[in-house]
Amino acid sequence: MYDLIVVGGGPAGLAAACAAWEKGLRKILLVERDKELGGILNQCIHNGFGLHHFKEELTGPEYAGRFVRMLQDTEVEVRLDTMVLEITPARQVHMVGKTTGYRVEEAKSIILAMGCRERTRGAIAIPGARPAGVFTAGAAQRYVNMEGWMPGERVVILGSGDIGLIMARRMTLEGAKVLACVEVMPYSGGLNRNIVQCLQNYGIPLYLSHTVTDIRGKDRVEQVVVSQVDAQRSPIPGTEMVFDCDTLLLSVGLIPENELTRQAGIEMDRRTNGAVVYENMETSLPGVFACGNVAHVHDLVDFVTAESQRSGAAAADYVLAGGREGSAAVLEVKNGDGVTYTVPQRIRPGLVEKSCGLFFRVNRVCGDSEILVTSGEAPIARFSREHLAPGEMEHIVLPRVLLDRAAGELTVSIREVEKA
Amino acid sequence: MKELICIVCPKGCHLKVDEEKGYAVTGNGCPRGAEYGKIELTHPTRVVTSTVRCVGGAHPRCPVKTDGAIPKGLIREAMGLLEAVTLTAPVALGQVAVANVCGTGVNFVTTRAM
Amino acid sequence: MYDVLIIGCGITGAATAFELSKYQLRVGILEKENDVADGTTKANSAILHAGYDPSPGSLMARLNVRGSELARQLCPALDVPYVPCGSLVLAFSDAERPALEELYRRGQANGVPGLELLTAAQARAMDHNLSGDVVSALHAPSAAICSPWEYCLALAETAVRNGADLHLETAVTGLERREDGWLVRTNRGDFTARFVVNAAGVSAAQVHDLAAPHAFDIRPSRGQYYLLDKSEGDRVSHVIFQCPNKDGKGVLVAPTVHGNLIVGPNAEDVAGDDTATTSAALRFVRETAQKSVPSIQFRESIRNFAGVRAHAVGLDDFILREADGAPGFFDLAGICSPGLTAAPAIAEYAVELMAAAGLSLTKKEDFLCTRRRVRFHDLPPEEKARLVSEHPAYGRVICRCETVTEGEILDALQSPIPPRSVDGIKRRVGASMGRCQGGFCGPRVVEILSRELGLSPGQIVQDKAGTWLLSRETKGGE
Repeated sequence: MYDLIVVGGGPAGLAAACAAWEKGLRKILLVERDKELGGILNQCIHNGFGLHHFKEELTGPEYAGRFVRMLQDTEVEVRLDTMVLEITPARQVHMVGKTTGYRVEEAKSIILAMGCRERTRGAIAIPGARPAGVFTAGAAQRYVNMEGWMPGERVVILGSGDIGLIMARRMTLEGAKVLACVEVMPYSGGLNRNIVQCLQNYGIPLYLSHTVTDIRGKDRVEQVVVSQVDAQRSPIPGTEMVFDCDTLLLSVGLIPENELTRQAGIEMDRRTNGAVVYENMETSLPGVFACGNVAHVHDLVDFVTAESQRSGAAAADYVLAGGREGSAAVLEVKNGDGVTYTVPQRIRPGLVEKSCGLFFRVNRVCGDSEILVTSGEAPIARFSREHLAPGEMEHIVLPRVLLDRAAGELTVSIREVEKA
Repeated sequence: MKELICIVCPKGCHLKVDEEKGYAVTGNGCPRGAEYGKIELTHPTRVVTSTVRCVGGAHPRCPVKTDGAIPKGLIREAMGLLEAVTLTAPVALGQVAVANVCGTGVNFVTTRAM
Repeated sequence: MYDVLIIGCGITGAATAFELSKYQLRVGILEKENDVADGTTKANSAILHAGYDPSPGSLMARLNVRGSELARQLCPALDVPYVPCGSLVLAFSDAERPALEELYRRGQANGVPGLELLTAAQARAMDHNLSGDVVSALHAPSAAICSPWEYCLALAETAVRNGADLHLETAVTGLERREDGWLVRTNRGDFTARFVVNAAGVSAAQVHDLAAPHAFDIRPSRGQYYLLDKSEGDRVSHVIFQCPNKDGKGVLVAPTVHGNLIVGPNAEDVAGDDTATTSAALRFVRETAQKSVPSIQFRESIRNFAGVRAHAVGLDDFILREADGAPGFFDLAGICSPGLTAAPAIAEYAVELMAAAGLSLTKKEDFLCTRRRVRFHDLPPEEKARLVSEHPAYGRVICRCETVTEGEILDALQSPIPPRSVDGIKRRVGASMGRCQGGFCGPRVVEILSRELGLSPGQIVQDKAGTWLLSRETKGGE
C-alpha cells in the first residue's frame, strides 16, 4: 500500500511528488508512461520558463531537469515506461510497462497529473482533402526538437496559441518558410511576447479573424485556403487567400487528458474539461487530487508547479491525518458575467487555512476592469486589473475571513470600468 | 518615441521608449523592461535555442542554448555553426557545444544531460 | 499462370479471393495501392444492412440478405469486430408511414428475418435519445455493425494464408485476350490468368474497358461523415436510419464497433475519387442527424471523412456478370451500398459464375478459416499480466487513446499482409484512431515502422505512396 501514487511525471507530477515528500510522506510512487521524466517540457527547448518559480529564464528541459534532480534527492519510487490503464474508486491503480509488467497497486491517496493533449483537425472540423502534412504543433515540435526531422518546408499555422507561435520561429530557424499564422479570433491566443519574438521578428504575418476553409492536395498538402471570418466566426465569401504550402500546423487548443478520471467515476466540469476540484485540488473522490493541465489548461508552467505543490501537500495532509471524517460546509463557485470557468469549483471554508487562491478565465478582452466576488447579493471582494484577456489565466486570493462571510455560493464576475 | 512590447517575461508590458531622452523607458513593469527597451532600440539581442546532433543518447538531438544573448543580426550565422556539431553521449548539462559563437564570447551549451 | 486473377483488393476483391482460396486453384490479387481496403472499403458507414432496402428480385436484395447471414459466422471466425445491434428506420410524420410500411413489405419479400413495425413509444424504449418527433419505426434485428477495413483485411489475409498471392502497388494498364485466358499488363510486369475478376470499385468501368467494349458507367457518389469521440459512443444503441423521402435517404447515426459514434453520409456526385469534405455538406449532415437524435454533441468530433461509392449509372443493382465480348472476364461492378454486407455473397455468386464458365472447383482439405490477433485492451487484467510477463512488448502502450501496445504493432508487422504505412498500422491495430488522432503516437509509430522496416523516418508514409510525412533531417542529417 502506497501513501501516494502520482500519475504522470511531467512538471505537475514532479512538483506534486516533491511537495508530498517534503510534507513527510515516505511511500510515494510516481508513474510515467515515457522513458524519461519531464513530460512535454523535454520538447519545449525554447526559453522563458521559470521566471516566477526560479526567478530566472530557463528552457523547458532545464526546468524539468531541476525538478528531476529534486526528485532524485528524495526516495520517491519512479516507474518509467509505464502506463496507468485504470484507477478504481477504491484507489487501486492498474498499470503496465515493458519492464515493470502488469501491476495493480493500492494507495491511500492519488494525484492525477496526466497533462493535456492537443485539439486536432477533426475536433474543429476543417473541411477539405485529407492529404498527409497536417500536424498538431506539438507533434511537429517533437519531430523537430527531439527526433531531428522536419515535417515540411512551406508552412501555414492555424491558431495563435503559444506552441504554434514557438513553432513558427523554430521551423523558420531550421530553414522552413512559414507563410502565415492564422487566428479565428480577433485577438491572439498566445502571449504578446511570443507574437513579437516569434512572428514579428521573423516577418511572419498574423491574420486575426481568419481561418482555414479548405485544404487541397491529393497525397500531401499542396494548398491551404484562408478566409476572413465575421463576428460569428463564419467565413466571409470572397475573402479567400490561397497559400502554396506543404504543411499545416494546428495550434488550436489543449484538452485535459481525463480518460482515467472519467473511468474512475470522478465528477467532471464541462467547462474546464477537468475534474471538479475543491480548494486543495481534491476531486469528488476523497483522497484523489488533480493538478496541472489535467485539471485545467495553464498558460505558464510556473503556475502548474505552484498548483501541483499545493496538491502534493494536500495529499500528504490527507494521508497523515488518516483520511477525513465528516463533511464540511461547501461553497459552490459560480461563473458570473464574463467568467468562463473557475478552479477550484468548490471551496470548503473550514478546510482553508489562511486564504484560498482562485484561478479563472474570462470570455473577452477588457481594459481597466474589476473582478467582483459576491455571495448572493452580498459583495465579498473586489480586485482591479488594467487588462483581461481569454488567453491569460487570472488569479485572485480570497482570505479565509472573507470566505466565512459567504453562504452557499460565491460568484466571480468581471466588469469593465468606464473611463472617466 | 517608439512603442514596443516587452519580451522579457510573459506579462508583455507595452513600453514607450524615448530615443531623444537617452532611451528613457515608460510603461515597464520592472527594471528589466527598462533595460530591454533601451537595448532593443540600440543593439537588439536574443538568446538562441536550438539542437545539435547527438549519438548514443536517448534521442537523436540534444537541445542547446546560447549562455547569453547574442546580437539579433548574428542569429542565422550562429544557427549555421550548429550544423557541424555532433555530440556523443554521455552529455552533461551545460556542456559547451560551440564555444565563442561568432566571436561574441557567448557559448552554445546543452540544456539537458543525455 | 493463375487460374483466377482479381483486380482490386477492397472488400469485393478480398471476399472473392477468400472464397476462391477454399479450392485448389492458383489465385492472385492485384491492388494498385500499398495496402488492401484503401478505397471505398475504408470510408463508409460500417454497417451490415438487414436487406429491406433493395427491390425484391434484384441481385442486390438476394445477396444483401445472404451476405448478412454469412457475416454473422465469418466475422467471429476471422476475428473481425462485429456487433449485431439491429437497426431502426424512423418516420417523423404520418406522411412517412407508407414509406416505412413499404420497406417492411420489401423486407418480407427479401426474406429479412424478424422485421417489426414499432410505435414511437416502443422505438424510444429501445433507444432513449431518439427525437420526440418520431411517430413510428421499422426495427430490423439482423442489422449489424462491423469494422469494414478489418473485415477486408481478414478476408484477404485468410486468402493469402490459404495460398493466394497479393501483389500490392500493382496497377493494371492493359488486358489482352489470349487463347487460354488473359494477359494482364501492369506497372510491375505481366501476369497471365485463365479468368480475370474486375473488382476495381470506383475504377471498374475503366478496367472493364481495357478488356471489353464499353458496357457501363460508374458514377462516383461522395458521402461525408462525422466520427465522434467515445464519450458519444452510447448516444444510440442501434443503427438509426431515417425514412427515405422526397429529399433523399436521410443520414444515419450509429455506434461503431470501436466505441465511437458515426454520423452521415450525405450524397453528392463527384469526379473520380475526390474524398474531400466541405463545410456545407458537413452542416447538412449535422442538421439532418439531429432530426433523429437531437442531443448529439458535435463538439466531440474527432474526425471528418468522406468516402466515394461506386454506383452503376442507370441501374439500381450490382453488375455481376461475364463481360460481353470478353469470355473469362467477370465484372463485379457498381458495388455501392449494401456492398459491404453483400461482399461474401457476391463472392459466392462470382465463383458460381466462373464454375459455370468452366472453372473446376475442388475443395482444399486443409483450408484455414480461423484468425486471431491479440487485442490487449479487451483482455481481462490477469490475461494482460500473463501476456506482458511472457512478451514484454505488450507492456509498452504506444497509442494511449486506444491502448494499443508495441506488441500488437509488431504482430501486425509479422502478419500475412504487413502494413507499410502509419495508416496501415491504424487499420490493423487501431493506433491513432482515437481522440488525439495520432498526435501523440504518430511519431512513435513512425519510429517503430522505420526501425522494423529498415527505412529512414523520411521514407515512412502516412497512407498511400506519396503521402510523405517528413521532409528532411535537421542539422544536415547524417
